[in-house]
Amino acid sequence: MDWAQVWEIVSLPDNIPIVAIAVLVPFYTWYAARQARATDRLIAQLEADPQMAKTHHRKIHPFRPGWARELPVWPYLLRIEFLAALVVTLILMVWSITLNAPLEEPANPNHTMNPSKAPWYFVGLQEMLVYFDPWFAGVVLPTLIIVGLMVFPYVDTNPLGTGYYTIRQRRVALAGFGIGFFIWLALVFIGTFVRGPGWMWFWPGQTWDHTRVVYEVNRNLPDLFGITNAWLQAILGIIAIAVFYAGSAWGIHKLVTRSELDRKIYERTSLTQYVVFQFFAITILVGLPAKMLLRLLFRIKYVLVTPWLNV
Amino acid sequence: MPEPQEAKSSALLDKAREEIRDLVQDLKKPQETQLWKSIFRVKHDRTEPRTRALGVLANVFLHLHPARINRDAVRYSYTWGMGGISFYLFLVLTFTGVLLMFYYHPTKVQAFRDILYLEHDVPFGKLLRNMHRWAAHLMVIGVWLHMFRVVLTGSYKKPREFNWCVGVILLVLTLLLSFTGYLLPDDQLGFWAVTVGTNMARATPLLGHEGPLGPELGMTPFNDVRFALLGGSIVDANALLRAYIWHCIAIPLIAATFMGVHFWRVRKDGGISGPSPVMLESEMKPVRKLR
Ligand code: HEM
Repeated sequence: MDWAQVWEIVSLPDNIPIVAIAVLVPFYTWYAARQARATDRLIAQLEADPQMAKTHHRKIHPFRPGWARELPVWPYLLRIEFLAALVVTLILMVWSITLNAPLEEPANPNHTMNPSKAPWYFVGLQEMLVYFDPWFAGVVLPTLIIVGLMVFPYVDTNPLGTGYYTIRQRRVALAGFGIGFFIWLALVFIGTFVRGPGWMWFWPGQTWDHTRVVYEVNRNLPDLFGITNAWLQAILGIIAIAVFYAGSAWGIHKLVTRSELDRKIYERTSLTQYVVFQFFAITILVGLPAKMLLRLLFRIKYVLVTPWLNV
Repeated sequence: MPEPQEAKSSALLDKAREEIRDLVQDLKKPQETQLWKSIFRVKHDRTEPRTRALGVLANVFLHLHPARINRDAVRYSYTWGMGGISFYLFLVLTFTGVLLMFYYHPTKVQAFRDILYLEHDVPFGKLLRNMHRWAAHLMVIGVWLHMFRVVLTGSYKKPREFNWCVGVILLVLTLLLSFTGYLLPDDQLGFWAVTVGTNMARATPLLGHEGPLGPELGMTPFNDVRFALLGGSIVDANALLRAYIWHCIAIPLIAATFMGVHFWRVRKDGGISGPSPVMLESEMKPVRKLR
């Protein structure tokens, strides 16, 4: 275990935000889950007791008859905003006094940085370059992620769970977004803490060896079957992808129609909505990790090989 | 004849005395003065709820707020304040950014030296640069957590779908702001990060010279999207200038416009989404056709 190496990476000023995320995301997940569990207990109570459902104010926050339902923004909201601004300023000041922004040597096109990494919030995309060609990892995939995020509200037809934390009423939506968010964060962590010189895999704590050479022979799926004809290769790739999409669609369908509530929500979903949902779920939430595993565990580079593009 | 003159001067003195007394009165009660009223337009009376509301509504900086708000929505636990914090950080970045612009020339000869100058000679220059850098990182984190919260509370659902989309655009703009700023110090870190980033643009399908069907459409290193981004075929002086203009002028203006829309829509969509009373599964209305 090379602790000096670990410290060197973790304490890099530009990596501090990732360390902060490693603390903040679990904290806020816990914070939200706590409120969701409280809400879910209340929901269970109200479902079980229709009489109570009629009279209860239906929030986990305390309320008594006679209390105003609304408060003036001044001072109740503005004072919190002011306080938040103050705290943020304080944190920023302390951070800026204790840690200096990095500045390397002047830009020099003749001297390649190794590893040369994108800023941390884009390192996930850079890590995708290992698994896909640049046209897919750098252009198509980001577009798909942005479009996928935008269609999210239009394919989630669940009318429950607007305006409160809950898990039991929104399992599918939460799992969908959660998996995506997790993949993204995992890629950022791999790209930052695991990838070393030459973008090679170095376990955290392993010394970065600039002279290391890995003789890793990558194969394409058709090679495994000994297919060399270009047409047959393309056909095999298309079949493999089709089978993958069909299988995933079936699996996802089973998962999103498991409970009674999920089936009710499914019934409210139009065919278009459902197909769009399936497309993004398979491509991003299943396809991405699947391709990563194929590459990392089985050294398979391309599934679909054609003279024009490879996937 | 000293008499009248004395009377005149004492009258003047009286007048002065009276005005000083008035002035002291004014200082004790500044809200009664003409100056104050001209600035704030409405009377502030802490005992009367209506004027409290007016104090918010009649102020250009506060009027994005409603006058009153759901009693539980002011709790930190619901929104985590992340949208507001992201916006505040945007303001901090604008302020520190403008100050940095006073010292920075977007040219290959000067850019790197300007950063050194800032770090070593400009009073508080180092602090300024650090604050700009770390506020940018914090803003990216803030926006992510804000989006996370919006998902967890189901706040993207009807009628807020469109505002969610505006938010996604803001997320992209925030990332692009950070990315374009990365090149500006003109050091190895930014140079190679931007080289790696823009190299992907070569592979854009149809529009990049190494992308699928790009060459077939006549794309070369000298006319594809990457060339348009960099103003050249390598990351050099033109790329620096383009990054500077995107970073300091274009994207901030676009982002500010979208933020205006975003805040406006929060109000128009019925204010913040919750904490709202829970809806039960047994109360789900039967399936209805869309539209
Ligand atoms: C520069 C970035 C952004 C700024 C400054 C910003 C600011 C805000 C503010 C101040 C609010 C009021 C409530 C709150 O503080 O949570 C809000 C609400 C909202 N934001 Fe953003 N936002 C940004 C990015 C985003 C992103 C990335 C998304 C989602 C993809 C998003 C979606 C929403 C939605 C749906 C609401 C309404 C929430 C509700 O009613 O509960 N925003 N935003």
